[in-house]
Amino acid sequence: MSTRLNDSPTTKDFRLGQCPKGWRGIVSGLVSIEGLSIPWSEMERRLLEMGFVEGAALEILHDGPIQHDPIAVRVDDITIAVRRADANAILVRPVE
Amino acid sequence: MSTASLSVPGFALVGCPNCGKTALFNALTGHHQKVANYPGVTVERKEGALTTPQGRTVRLLDLPGTYSLRGRSPDEAVTRDVVLGRLDGEVLPDALICVADATNLRLVLRLVLELKSLNRPLILALNMIDIAKRQGCEIDIERLSVELGIPVVPTVAVRKGGVSSLFEAIDSLAVRATAVTAGPISWREPTSQEIRDAHAEAERILKVCAFRPGDQRLTARLDRVLLHPVWGLVILLGVLFFMFQAVFAWATPAMDGIKAAFDLLATQIQTLMPDGMLRSLLTDGLIAGVGSVVVFLPQILILFLFIILLEDFGYMARAAFLMDRLMGGAGLHGRAFIPLLSSFACAIPGIMATRVIENRRDRLATILVAPLMTCSARIPVYTLIISAFVPQTEVAGVLSLQGLVMFGLYATGIMSALIVAWVMKRLVWRQVAEPFLMELPAYKWPRLKNVALGLWQRAAMFLQRAGTIILAIMILIWFLSSFPGAPAGALDPAINYSIAGMVGHWIQPILAPIGFNWQIAVALIPGMAAREVAVGALGTVYALSATGEEVGSALQPILAAQWSLPTALALLAWYIFAPQCASTLAVVKRETNSWRWPAVLFVYMTVLAYGAAFLTYNIATWALK
Repeated sequence: MSTRLNDSPTTKDFRLGQCPKGWRGIVSGLVSIEGLSIPWSEMERRLLEMGFVEGAALEILHDGPIQHDPIAVRVDDITIAVRRADANAILVRPVE
Repeated sequence: MSTASLSVPGFALVGCPNCGKTALFNALTGHHQKVANYPGVTVERKEGALTTPQGRTVRLLDLPGTYSLRGRSPDEAVTRDVVLGRLDGEVLPDALICVADATNLRLVLRLVLELKSLNRPLILALNMIDIAKRQGCEIDIERLSVELGIPVVPTVAVRKGGVSSLFEAIDSLAVRATAVTAGPISWREPTSQEIRDAHAEAERILKVCAFRPGDQRLTARLDRVLLHPVWGLVILLGVLFFMFQAVFAWATPAMDGIKAAFDLLATQIQTLMPDGMLRSLLTDGLIAGVGSVVVFLPQILILFLFIILLEDFGYMARAAFLMDRLMGGAGLHGRAFIPLLSSFACAIPGIMATRVIENRRDRLATILVAPLMTCSARIPVYTLIISAFVPQTEVAGVLSLQGLVMFGLYATGIMSALIVAWVMKRLVWRQVAEPFLMELPAYKWPRLKNVALGLWQRAAMFLQRAGTIILAIMILIWFLSSFPGAPAGALDPAINYSIAGMVGHWIQPILAPIGFNWQIAVALIPGMAAREVAVGALGTVYALSATGEEVGSALQPILAAQWSLPTALALLAWYIFAPQCASTLAVVKRETNSWRWPAVLFVYMTVLAYGAAFLTYNIATWALK
């Protein structure tokens, strides 16, 4: 796992890829992850284009049959399927 | 493009995937559509014409769906290049119509802002406004138009009169045909900060327009079952099982009908024409050759009926979601699932369906393994050999041994496809997995008219291919199997003296280690036309007078008497991998736009076929000693 939690801006932040089904929160930032087939700048823009923008409301609606992967995430008012490995680029924070 | 068509203004439809763009295109143009491919790329180009209430004629181009102008897949790149006037042979559209799903405005507004920055005439069509209203969705359309500074019109693509406001907007836009490409429009890829800014602007606009998203409870409720880790998979398997059942059972009467029609045509020509080269070309080359491909039309139509229905309903994205990890283990993308599934009927539609895969190598890997899925053309060969060599006994009291062998052949095909994909992606290209990021659209009822039109276009495309490239290949193979003719007083069948026969005899020593006799070697050559043609060719080689259906049953005792069991098993193993399908090779050439990949496909499949047959033959020979 390339996840290093000390990368995150605050200690309250999690990686979306590690959150369980049913988890709710908001996007707090996007951070570069290792092992991507595309440059991070491209990945970041793809995530933004699919609505993973800072402040977007999230809820993990479903997870896949093998190792709970991929996940189906409600992003504001659309649903996006994403692999947990890729979702680790999305920093999230629970809603208070 | 003719100058006449240039005097007519051209509009282009742009929009996110799943926004109902094609339905709107169908509603605007009716059946006045032309489907072709963009030159050089295998992206479908759909153009139609429409006449507005004021009597203006407008050309309309349906561009592939995209979330932004940064084209990632070949499809999306075409949209960008057409919109920017960068695509060779395509005129810059005089105006753009951006189509938005009115229930789902968030992502499309950023696309609208991006399109607006191009300073081209632009209309926003809020499609599916009826569904949006039913779901309690709200938006201040007038305010939206003011905020965006472009005309915004509500449309209902699937209802009569539902597009009248769009016609009016096209009229009032009153663009004239520029008749010349205005030169590339300036545009550059936005930075991530610019995307964030555009998002914030879209968010602001949605707020001032009092946007309230629709009620998605039905989709949520359905997903709770259809995406369930256990029930979701059970339902997916059920859907697949039903689909296969339909492809094989429902298609049979129609296939028998087509076969009978071609046979009747051939018999008619045989009675009407004197024996000779021309008659042989018509009956053995043209009719038999094209007939052997067209006979798959019913299966392909039923398969596409299911695919279009499931796609329109919104289920395909769910299938990719459920299968992603399973496919990902082999290095394949979740989206490769549908193309591989289609390949069980025929690799040709399967390979065509790979266009949805964004990453080029993901797409190539899928194209290269698609022919390993047991297509229906292998079934006649499998059936012939299994029924001649595998006893009709039962295993464990319930399972038939013949059925088990058949199942084993299918399973070996699937397993090898996964292994080949894994080797290619992980060992040859050493590529890490492409990100999987896909919208799961809200479920929608498929519309009969759109399904029918989509089906009709698939059928036309398939028949066009059968009538051109496949026809040419069939004539070539007929030529190889017929020339030179048998000398006078020859005892062996004529094919034995032909070029195919010579090649067959010539390659037989190479095939001897895998247990193939010269009859098999010769039959493999015309079998290049389509795999099941090998059955007919074996009939010819063994000088049978029977035709059509009877060849198989007449051949069984001959094969059982003349071939050893290891030879038969080796031929089965060969056919799991057999590269013998000229049409598949031709489609791979078209889809990859290079001879390299059909060559790679042919070589690797031949090597696997030879290796598998060699192992099977030798192990079986050793075991039977």
